[in-house]
Amino acid sequence: MITVQRSTVIDAPIQVVWDILRDFNGHDRWHPAVDTSVVDDGKRTDQIGAVRNFRLTSGEKIREQLLSLSDRDHFFRYAIVESDIPLQNYVAEVSLKPVTDGNATYWSWTSRFNSPEGRETELADLVADGVYESGFAAIRARTQSLITPVSPSLATEKSLEGVAIHVDRHGGPEELYSAPVMAPAPGPGEVQIRQTAIGVNFIDIYCRSGYFDLLKPPGVPGMEAVGIVEAVGTNVRHLLRGQRVGYACPPVGAYATVRTMNAALVFPLPDFLDDQTAAAVLLKGMSAEFLVHRVHQIKKGEIALIYAPAGGVGRLLCQWAKHLGATVIGATSSEEKARVARAAGAHHVILPGSQSLEKQVMDITGDHGADVIYDAVGRDSFAHSVAALATCGHLVSYGQASGDIGARDIGSLASVSATLSRPNFGHYTDTPEKVAAITTRLFEAIERHVISVDIGNIFSLSQASDAHRALEGRKTTGSTIMIPDELRKGTS
Amino acid sequence: MPNVYISSVIPVPVERVWSMIRDFNGLPNWTSFVMESRIEEGLPADKIGCVRAFQLQDGGFIREKLLALSDYDYSFSYAILESPMGVENYIATVKLLPITDGGRTFAEWSAEFDCASAREDELVAHIGNNVFQSGLNTLKERVGA
Repeated sequence: MITVQRSTVIDAPIQVVWDILRDFNGHDRWHPAVDTSVVDDGKRTDQIGAVRNFRLTSGEKIREQLLSLSDRDHFFRYAIVESDIPLQNYVAEVSLKPVTDGNATYWSWTSRFNSPEGRETELADLVADGVYESGFAAIRARTQSLITPVSPSLATEKSLEGVAIHVDRHGGPEELYSAPVMAPAPGPGEVQIRQTAIGVNFIDIYCRSGYFDLLKPPGVPGMEAVGIVEAVGTNVRHLLRGQRVGYACPPVGAYATVRTMNAALVFPLPDFLDDQTAAAVLLKGMSAEFLVHRVHQIKKGEIALIYAPAGGVGRLLCQWAKHLGATVIGATSSEEKARVARAAGAHHVILPGSQSLEKQVMDITGDHGADVIYDAVGRDSFAHSVAALATCGHLVSYGQASGDIGARDIGSLASVSATLSRPNFGHYTDTPEKVAAITTRLFEAIERHVISVDIGNIFSLSQASDAHRALEGRKTTGSTIMIPDELRKGTS
Repeated sequence: MPNVYISSVIPVPVERVWSMIRDFNGLPNWTSFVMESRIEEGLPADKIGCVRAFQLQDGGFIREKLLALSDYDYSFSYAILESPMGVENYIATVKLLPITDGGRTFAEWSAEFDCASAREDELVAHIGNNVFQSGLNTLKERVGA
């Protein structure tokens, strides 16, 4: 039996290296010897037993199975199950350990295998140099490029000048105005970001108008943005200078070209997701994730009634609920929006007509009703929703497009033994662990085309008022994002 | 249960580092805080179960029992029997791993223990900084790194 053992030190925090290595199917994105790779049978890349099926740049095909994976120990073990190269009984282990007195990473890559008579040295060299050493070099280059300054100003950590959209008092879109802003050098636990795309959400309008108290003027609205890390403060171990990151969380302040904020809820973006798409989907996609997986776990065969199925979150809910095996009914207001809902996977679409919403739902479902209802309309829809529920159905009230939902008689819920949920985005996304779990599943859903992102409208940051008018006037379709003016000039 | 983990890269081969730290009675050779050390009952220093008794520079007296020693894994573990630190169930491990890239050594020193909850942070910082990191720093100097 041949043993090959190689180890090195990578000058990057362990979480950064692990984020790259733990994706069992991601090696075609960083290893120079791997051309293309797919996971067999639609398994997840971190599912024990998953088989990655890949082709080397030299042409050979190999299938390898994941035997164990530990996020606690930063360790995984895999075996070759089929190979054009005669590595027999090949089992390999990848292990990372933190170098605590340098914030670097020790990386060990070892394997044992048998070889045909006479080819021992050739195969051992191939594994050691062609696979392990060249892998070390690729990850070293990749993490180095992540921390390469993207502008000369990065040489030292300092405050950054930029522009932000301010609100001095609650009111209409005209209250939004552009003015210079300073993002200070990051303190302990903080990150300084040069932003490249900013998401516009209905909650921003509520913050501007004062309907929600998340923004106390004077202040800067916005809950969601994407950008490049300019600097990190002490105690930040999961982010690197130069890395592409995003966030969707309070406190407000995202309508800016530069921002310094708590790093805990800021996360790296996967390579396949470009900045604008990420800014268009983070907040809405994270909402959809916890609505279909956490507030209510959609099960195969359930009937889901989704209001505003052509809207930002509603469209994602249709796609995701259908993927999870639900029969999806969309409730909307126009034939144009009905087309969007059908394209997103709605099996049935209900339009306002001679019959009530609940009557139409009962007709479609053979008097069963909806097992779960995602209601973003609020005041005008509540009574209809309760009437459209199946016995022991679940009404998830997550928005109020028609106005404040007000006080309700919970006695009416007894008519079908209903469950009522009123989830708040902040409670599902307020720790790094929760955000990591939600974004992992969200990114996977995007990569696997379970959900798709539709960027309907792009505004310059200085046109924030126009962006709000368009969203409030229901003139938009798909997601609305804003781009810093200097970048907008560069691309258009 | 509080735990402490300190690790470092020592730019000399693992065999050289191991030959320095393998001697359970050799703390005075590679730390700056141990004045003198002896093995109780005249036992060999690589006999599992032997006890080292040593005097710290600051006057403290500590007794530790060798629980495990592996030349194959470049690793040893020990438990504190007696010390002025106020810890219980204290078990520590020192382990070396080769860094084939450049012929260097990755050294880990870790411990788990129980103590009064109000003293956890203080003890974790003290053991991590003044014992483990200090020990590894001196070790680096002594092996000529």
